[in-house]
Amino acid sequence: MFIKIFFLQIYSQIRSLYLIFCNIFQASETRLYPEESLKLSSRYRGRIVLTRTKTGEERCVACGLCAAVCPVSCISLQKTEDKTGRWRSEFFRINFSRCIFCGLCEEACPTLAIQLIPDVELGDYEYKNLIYEKKDLLISGTGKYDDYDYYSFSGVTLKKTKIKKFFHKKKNVDIKSLLP
Amino acid sequence: MIFFSILTNFLYKFFIIFIVLICIIFCASMLSIVERKFLAYFQNRIGPNRVGWNGWLQLLADGIKILFKEDWIPPFSDQYIFCIAPLISFLTLLFVLFTIPIKKNFFIVDLNIGILFFFMMTSISVYGILLAGWSSQNKYSLLGAIRASAQMLSYEIFLGLSTMGVIAQSGSFNLIKIINSQKIIWNVIPQFFGFITFFIAILAICHRHPFDQPESEQELSDGYHIEYSGMKFGMFFIGEYISMITGASMITILFFGGGNGPIFPEYVWFILKTFFCILFFILCRASLPRPKYIHVMKFSWRICLPLTLLNLFFTAFFILYFKK
Repeated sequence: MFIKIFFLQIYSQIRSLYLIFCNIFQASETRLYPEESLKLSSRYRGRIVLTRTKTGEERCVACGLCAAVCPVSCISLQKTEDKTGRWRSEFFRINFSRCIFCGLCEEACPTLAIQLIPDVELGDYEYKNLIYEKKDLLISGTGKYDDYDYYSFSGVTLKKTKIKKFFHKKKNVDIKSLLP
Repeated sequence: MIFFSILTNFLYKFFIIFIVLICIIFCASMLSIVERKFLAYFQNRIGPNRVGWNGWLQLLADGIKILFKEDWIPPFSDQYIFCIAPLISFLTLLFVLFTIPIKKNFFIVDLNIGILFFFMMTSISVYGILLAGWSSQNKYSLLGAIRASAQMLSYEIFLGLSTMGVIAQSGSFNLIKIINSQKIIWNVIPQFFGFITFFIAILAICHRHPFDQPESEQELSDGYHIEYSGMKFGMFFIGEYISMITGASMITILFFGGGNGPIFPEYVWFILKTFFCILFFILCRASLPRPKYIHVMKFSWRICLPLTLLNLFFTAFFILYFKK
């Protein structure tokens, strides 16, 4: 029995030597990143952006949920109100030198304004350059969710009628949808 | 006139020794890049590829870094021994390389006791590690040194006996005579068990994986040279590769017929065989896990020692029976 185990062990050593040697003929798994471009999926959590609706309105209503949920408190914002009663952010600031890209702000956002996009190349020489203001964060597109508009789905009304009529064309609320 | 000829002879020899020394140290330090590259290929990586042509100038970057690093001697250490220890482990196996005949008429010293000199130097090289581990007053390095001495106790016993078959066949300790005795057949085939045990002993001498208990990076975080920095660490580092070259060339001389081979000149064969031996060392490092030092001791005393004794016994029997 001892001899059998001994020879089996020797066989396993030689087998592992052979298997490792076979690796020399295989292509390497390493991706040479700066030379090769990154191929990240669209769900990858990178830089944070603020998106707009299809009509070009800002989605953000400055509810402050993102700032509340942020574990490193890198988001700071101030609310203001329009004449129509619509909430907006007076300033919206994200400190990317503190951000850990957890994506909790994206989950918390009721209007789908704040979104994380697969852009990870944020390196900079100064901390000051990593504090992004609202003009740096706002993009002109809709981001990942094309159709969503908070005011048309949720039933929150604005005071002045013009916008109210425009948004409340759809009377029947889709009760099966999970969206707010 | 006689004086002049003696002087030129001396200068010529000095020049050759200098060239060989520079070549050996350059090869040994180049081996670190070769090893990193091949380890990477064995593990499906790329390895160092930033400095120079596809990473082959990495040696330059490492050398500059290690030369300009602060050479810190810890104040709590035994400073005299602390400085001498890397010298011992750097020089001992370098001396062995001078006795190795690359061609039949190209060597620096032709010793009649070539193999005995090798054994002596391997025994002394342990002192380098022992003193380094002891003098740096660190628990990890002390543990590494203890392990090194325990490993020495395991491999030294069958190191000498494993080569006795070869010596009995050639009838001499001289390395050139041993090479000449292998013209018909390489010693690997008649002395197969001797070869395997000698190979294991060489791995243990060089403190290569899987026998790298003195510097096991996972538990002892570098073992005996944990307190060393700068060029002193570099001497340990290059000394390990020099011992690798020495071990590989000893294997080629004793078991693969030295420079014997068709078509190519002798030194090409010698360098090729040595290089393949070193490649096998690297392959062993890439694939085999490290055993406990108790297991190494058990393996060497229970299996390798009887194996070498049996090998020596049968060689002696065959020599007596057939050469009468």
